[in-house]
Order: sequence, then C-alpha cells, then structure tokens
Amino acid sequence: MADWFRRAADSDIWWSFKSSPLTVVAAVATLLIILVSFLSPLIAPHTPFDPGSLNLSDGLKPPVFVSDEGDWTFPLGTDDQGRDILSSIMYGTRLSLVVGFASVIVAMVLGIALGLVSGYVGGAVDAVIMRIADVQLTFPAILVALLIDGIVRGLISVQRHDEIAIYVIVGAIGLSFWVQYARTVRGSVLVEKNKEYVQAARVIGLSPVLIMVRHVLPNVTGPVLVIATLNLGLAIISEATLSFLGVGLPSTQPSLGTLIRLGNEVLQSGDWWITVFPGATLAALVLAVNLLGDWLRDALNPKLR
Amino acid sequence: MLAFILRRLVQSVAVLLAVGVVSFFLFRYVGDPINAMVGQDTSQQERDALREKLGLNDPAPVQFFHFLVNAAQGKFGLSYRTSEPVSRMILERLPATLELSFCASLFVLFFGVPMGVYTGLYPRHWSSRLLQAVSLIGVSLPTFLIGILLILFFSVMLHWLPSFGRGETVDIGGWTTNFLTRKGLEALILPSITLGLFQLTLIMRLVRSEMLEVMRTDYIKFARARGLTNRAINFGHALKNTLVPVITVAGLQLGALIAFALVTETVFAWPGVGQLFIQSVQFSDIPVMAAYLMLIGLLFVVINLVVDLLYFAVDPRLRGGGTARAGGH
Repeated sequence: MADWFRRAADSDIWWSFKSSPLTVVAAVATLLIILVSFLSPLIAPHTPFDPGSLNLSDGLKPPVFVSDEGDWTFPLGTDDQGRDILSSIMYGTRLSLVVGFASVIVAMVLGIALGLVSGYVGGAVDAVIMRIADVQLTFPAILVALLIDGIVRGLISVQRHDEIAIYVIVGAIGLSFWVQYARTVRGSVLVEKNKEYVQAARVIGLSPVLIMVRHVLPNVTGPVLVIATLNLGLAIISEATLSFLGVGLPSTQPSLGTLIRLGNEVLQSGDWWITVFPGATLAALVLAVNLLGDWLRDALNPKLR
Repeated sequence: MLAFILRRLVQSVAVLLAVGVVSFFLFRYVGDPINAMVGQDTSQQERDALREKLGLNDPAPVQFFHFLVNAAQGKFGLSYRTSEPVSRMILERLPATLELSFCASLFVLFFGVPMGVYTGLYPRHWSSRLLQAVSLIGVSLPTFLIGILLILFFSVMLHWLPSFGRGETVDIGGWTTNFLTRKGLEALILPSITLGLFQLTLIMRLVRSEMLEVMRTDYIKFARARGLTNRAINFGHALKNTLVPVITVAGLQLGALIAFALVTETVFAWPGVGQLFIQSVQFSDIPVMAAYLMLIGLLFVVINLVVDLLYFAVDPRLRGGGTARAGGH
C-alpha cells in the first residue's frame, strides 16, 4: 500500500494535478460536495421529507443573511411547506450524484460491451451496432432519455412509475449516452486486435470473451475514463433537466432538478432563494466535475505532454 | 458531386426509415390504439370489429407500410389526451417553435462569430480571457437554470420583459407570428437568449480555435507582407477559411436548437411543439410522441443534407475536385 502511494506520488498524473491550482480547487470542491451530501442523514439540520417534522408556520422564511426575518435554524430559508432549504439541498445533491454516477456506469458498461463485441467480432454484428449508434447520434441525448421515459410511462401505471422513477431515469440517461463509449472502445479494439499479444493469446487458445476482457479492455481504459468524467457532468445536467421538466424524480424524492422546479413554481412572488440555492449548488457541482474532466483529458493525452 | 449527393440521400432515407420503425413500434405496441378510440362500455365484439377494420390484425410489415404511407401524408391519428388530430396540434404549435429557434440562431451567429473572431485575434487580452472563463461557466449551467435566472432578474426584479407566453401574435393564414407586434418581439428576447446561450459559447470556442490555427499559417504572413489591411486579412482571408467547420457545427446546432427548444419552452410557457412533446411524455400520449419523433428525424436529416450541400458553396476545392473527377473519366 505504502509502495503504491509512493509510486502514485511520483507519477506524471499527480505532478500535472499538483501544478494546476484550478484543478486542485475543483477536486477539493467535488470531494467536499460528495462528502457533505452523502453524510446528509448525519449532519443535515432537518429531515425535510419527513412530513411529521414540518411546520407550515415556518414557511417561506428568507435566508438569514439578507433579512431580519431569517432564522438561524433555517440558514438558507425555507420553502412554502416550511422545509429547510439547506437540508433539502444536501439530500437532493446526494440523489443527483447517485443518479449521475449510476447512469454513467450503465452507459459505460453497455457502451464498452457493445464496443468490444462490435470491434472484435466485426462483420454484420459490427454493422448493426454501429448503424444503431449512428441513428441515435442523430438525436440529442435528452430527447432519447425523454422518449425512453415516455415509453416506460406508457407501459406501467403512474403510481408504479413514481416508485421506480429513479431506476427509469438511470436507465433512460444510461441508454442515451452509450454511443460515445462504444465508438471509442471499438476504435481501440480495431487497433489492438491485430497486435502480437492478442494474436499470442488467441494462439494459446483463450476464449474470445477472456481475450476481450482480460487483454484488450485494460488497454482502452484511458479514453473511457476521460469520457466517463466528462459524461458525469452531462448526466447530472440531464437528470436535473428531466426532473425540472417534471418527468424525472417525483417531489416526494426530490433531486436538485426537482427542487429547482418546485422553486420555479413560486418564483413570480419573488421568493428567489428556493430556486437560486439549489441552482447554484448544481452549477458548482457540474462546473467542478467539468474542470476535472477537462484536466484529465489533457493529462492523459500524450500529444500535450 | 452527384454521386456524393445520391449517397447522402440514400443514407438519409435509411435514417428516416429507422426512425419510422421506432415510431411505428411506439404507435402500435406501446399504446393500444383501440382503447384510445372507444368508450369504456364498448363490447368486445365491437372492439374486434374495429380492430379488423383498422387493419390491426394484418401482418406487422403490412401495418408498417400503412403507417409510413399515413405518416408521409401527415396522418398520425388522434391524440390520446385531447382526441384532436395530432397533425393539427403540431401544425398549430410549429410556428412558435420555428420563430423561437430562428431568433436564437440569429442571436448565436451575430454574437458568437464576432466574439470568436475577437478572442481568436487577441487571445491574451484580458477581455478575451474573461469571455473564455464566462463561456466555461455557460457550458456548465443547464439551459433551464439560465432561463430561470433571466426571468428572476429581468421579469421578477426589474419588470422589463415578460416571463411567459408569446405576448401578442398576429395570424397570417394559419401562421401565427411574433414579429409584427411590440409585445410579441419583447416576449421573444429572453427565450431566444436562453435557448441560444449554450450554442453561442460553442460557436465562439470553435471560431476562436479555428482562428488561432489559421492566423499561424503562411498565407496570412504573406497577406501581411503584401500590405493588405488588417480588415481584409482578418475577414477576407482568415475568417473565410474557418467557415467549413463552423457551418457544420452551426447547421447541426440548428437541429439541436429546435430539439432543445423543449426545455426553453417549458421554462417560458412558450406554446410550441417542444412543450407539446413534454406534455405527451407526461401523459404517455403515444401518437403525439411518434409524430414528434418523425418530425425531428425529418428535420435533422434535411439539415444534415443542406449542410453537406453548403460545403460545395463554401469550399471551392470540393467543387473543383468533383468536376475534375467527372471530367477525368
């Protein structure tokens, strides 16, 4: 373990990380957001989605630092139901992150699997998979996700949909982002599969699945990692957008996007804090993740070294 | 050139067919067309008779063919939600979306290209760096959040601009337009900025990096040596040579604008096709979803084709190459 740390501290990546202050700030911000949101059941001042703990007379309190009406029990104010904005944001960020990570993993697994098969098997299988990818690329990802959500809604009842909303969203976003992984992996596989080590593996009689997973896959992890980081930001935005449009997570289980939608409904009356704070959290999270992704892309690109 | 266009046409038709298959499966197997057409108390015999009459017992390929023939004539049946013809619902709302997307793309081109040229010519100036930083933040802000923030500042706090709807519209032979009234034009401002901002940063970054690349080339140095004015060099020589990728991206982004309009339309309660699509997803109104899908598919295919043709107009090398090959045979 100590040896691993010494090697990591000596690597090019760590050096490039250390020498970019903006990246360090972004990494610290990302870690902080992840830590705080995942500890929210322990450290959040209120449990905003337990109806028993709510008091309507606490409703629509402004944040403490803008008005004397504010109350230190609710540092960022409350919404019209008397829910504490700060606690809602902490729980909401956790959901946004979970959906973001889960859908990136779904897209990654699906994309890698199809890309490996497409590149390694070739022929008609390759043609079919890549044509599907082409058609899907014609449409923006958010449209594909909306469509999948709409289809699921057509197949099951509304109540059932609310119960499994989070899985539907993860599936919809995952299915709308797989193409990029598949294309990248396929390209790398086409290069790798004619190299000697793959031929050697074939000669000693390993099965194609084993060759793909054990020998080809480790050589394509770099680009896949970059796409995954850049897609995490996009996935978080997609989830927020779907929830904002009212087809994502329901208000009983609100993510940042749902919170912004709920705030938007009362925006005209000037109660800005219900919308602005979740919005700022979302923007900060996505900005930090995007900065990390940009850095990783440059750090892993040998041309820029 | 003709062969190239023909190949692109075949590809476009293939994409449209694929979209058609998806729409057909949605239409036929996700929703039940019979349930949507009859009342609760219709007997099973009557349902079966209707099923037979509508051809729903035919083999799937035959049904698909009928679906395509109907789709080509704009017949997508009745909406499950409102029982109106889907084609009429979409046609009523199409002008709103098209005008919004048109204004947003004007905004993108009139601000994005000059900003890109400027930051490309003076990459080290503080204002260029500021624009770069702002564009990074612009990419990280989701569209709907930008819309909400604009509404908060310009409508709720300053009361300058309306925050929802199209304002006053004038009906010209079925096409409702915003362009002829003051209120209509005011209503267009915030949604257009919201819709265009992401694309604006994209075009700006693209033009910037292309300009940076072109300005390093030899022919720019020679143009300077020949004593051409800066204006002639920057716009006549440099910008012109960045246009091919810019046209590609701008064209594809126009399609994205029309598709992304659904988010902006929801934020601003803009009565366009995007809002219709969101409502149909919420109510799983399958015929509307299928029709919208076909419409967007057609749109993207047409835009891709037009972009390909524009290459020939912009890049004389392609034209020359095409005719030379034709003459050589």
